[in-house]
Amino acid sequence: MSDHEYTPSSKFGKWFNDRLPLLTLANHLTDYPTPKNLNYWWTFGGILTFCLITQIVTGLVLAMHYIAHADMAFSSVEHIMRDVNYGWLLRYVHANGASMFFLAVYIHIFRSLFYGSYKSPREIIWILGIIIYLLMMAAAFMGYVLPWGQMSFWGATVITNLFSAIPLAGESITTWLWGGYSVDNPTLTRFFTLHYLIPFLILGLVVLHIWALHVPGNNNPVGIDIKKPSKDTVPFHPYIVIKDAFALLMFCIVFALFVFYQPNILGHADNYIEADPLVTPAHIVPEWYLLPFYAILRSVPDKLMGVVAMLSAILILAALPWLDTSKVRSAVFRPLFRQFYWILVADVLILGYVGAMPAEGLYLLIARVATAYYFAHFLIILPVLGWKEKTTPLPLSITEPVLGGSPNLAAVRSDEKIEKTIK
Amino acid sequence: MSDQKDEKKTNRRDFLFTATAAAGAVGVGAAVWPLVDQMNPDASVKALASTEVDVSSMQPGQSLTVLWRGKPVFIKRRTEDEIKKARTVDINDLKHPEKDEDRAKNPEWLVMLGICTHLGCVPLTDKGDYDGWFCPCHGSHYDTSGRIRKGPAPTNMEIPKYEFVNTNTIKIG
Repeated sequence: MSDHEYTPSSKFGKWFNDRLPLLTLANHLTDYPTPKNLNYWWTFGGILTFCLITQIVTGLVLAMHYIAHADMAFSSVEHIMRDVNYGWLLRYVHANGASMFFLAVYIHIFRSLFYGSYKSPREIIWILGIIIYLLMMAAAFMGYVLPWGQMSFWGATVITNLFSAIPLAGESITTWLWGGYSVDNPTLTRFFTLHYLIPFLILGLVVLHIWALHVPGNNNPVGIDIKKPSKDTVPFHPYIVIKDAFALLMFCIVFALFVFYQPNILGHADNYIEADPLVTPAHIVPEWYLLPFYAILRSVPDKLMGVVAMLSAILILAALPWLDTSKVRSAVFRPLFRQFYWILVADVLILGYVGAMPAEGLYLLIARVATAYYFAHFLIILPVLGWKEKTTPLPLSITEPVLGGSPNLAAVRSDEKIEKTIK
Repeated sequence: MSDQKDEKKTNRRDFLFTATAAAGAVGVGAAVWPLVDQMNPDASVKALASTEVDVSSMQPGQSLTVLWRGKPVFIKRRTEDEIKKARTVDINDLKHPEKDEDRAKNPEWLVMLGICTHLGCVPLTDKGDYDGWFCPCHGSHYDTSGRIRKGPAPTNMEIPKYEFVNTNTIKIG
């Protein structure tokens, strides 16, 4: 946080700012001191904001043409694709936008895991992030139901049936969610309503997420506390703005490749068949971004415990700031943690792969081992590492390793001499 | 408030606070309930609670799937062989022990919800390791009585309320 008082230069600005300090806020956002060593992994916060806005804007216009009714939803989506001006573009941007959103959020989360951004004093930022992630999954799931294709219908059936695993009240809860005795029109209309609502809840949480971020300031690749503002920081504008903008541009190229060249590659062909409650597609798979959790669900042979394991896999992340007992944030100075980090990345990718495969034979075995490892990483490895690991020495500032650590110490000293003589 | 005998005994104000909060909670609850209950099945959904099916044309070994309350119902006219298979199983070997006699009152006719008790997919008829049903979603195998024999499903497929209106017609619901 910049400590200096801000006074608008114009008379009107001052008059306005005294009554509603919007200009102070704008000034805080532009001057916001940012660690100067932030790398490109830090640009995904801005990219995610872009994704959210893209989803809201395209979703808003799609809702002008979509009809949330079991008899008309499927054909209204085809109507959007064939008749509505640029409807195909808007829908492909929205559908692939969801995937891009998750791609960015996974990079954002794994960046945080690598550099220990979830640790004190940033626990609240992290937990808000987990809530946003949960809401994103809810929004994505309900959005996938809206086209009312076969995958929509059966995905909705499988996911809502997860609630029937709850002892005693399970059946009544599922009936309540459905508004009937199976997934049907009442389910579709309420999913549409909630799908419309959730992005705005996410938007509100994003404001809190950024607010909470601006209290301690950004973590950085070195993971040490820095003085703000100081030689270790640069103002957000223009330094970070231009870096974020460049990364966003690169991201948009990938986004565009999907939208314009492979718009259906991340979807399922079955979803171009209208929902039929009498026929289950041969192989139900969720969207790619939910596959690791789906694999965890299926790896447990008991229905209730499977659901519990799947939910725990997400909720365990909220406890991460307290499970990771190491005081050192960045993996750069944690040689052992760094290796376990990459094993975890591989483990999640493996879970994602087996989640897309049939749950039998070798796949099931791999899924079970990977699930066990996932929980072991958070519940055993991280707490123990904090005690056992010998971390490498931390620099005193961001600038120190660059100057103090350079092999040419003579050059540094001569610099110091020059500084002294100037003084 | 200067005459406090520093006793923490309850006074009229405490009573008012508690009473107000309690009345408020009841009021909020009463206001919220309609918002929650509107999501439950409505009158038009409940009105479609029963279906009559003509089964006169079905031969032994054939099965029929009908829609009841938005869910598939399997009606299977079982062969002698299938009935024998279902009735000779040792009940203690079952994950969810139920006698076939209790599931099919008339041994020739099996009427059950065609919904896998795992996560609600529709199992495939005459498939699986027990020649009954097989759920393609997560690999549950059911026998010729619709009982779970292998796989993640916790219970047998459910038997809905049904009756033979006459020899040719089954009324479900």
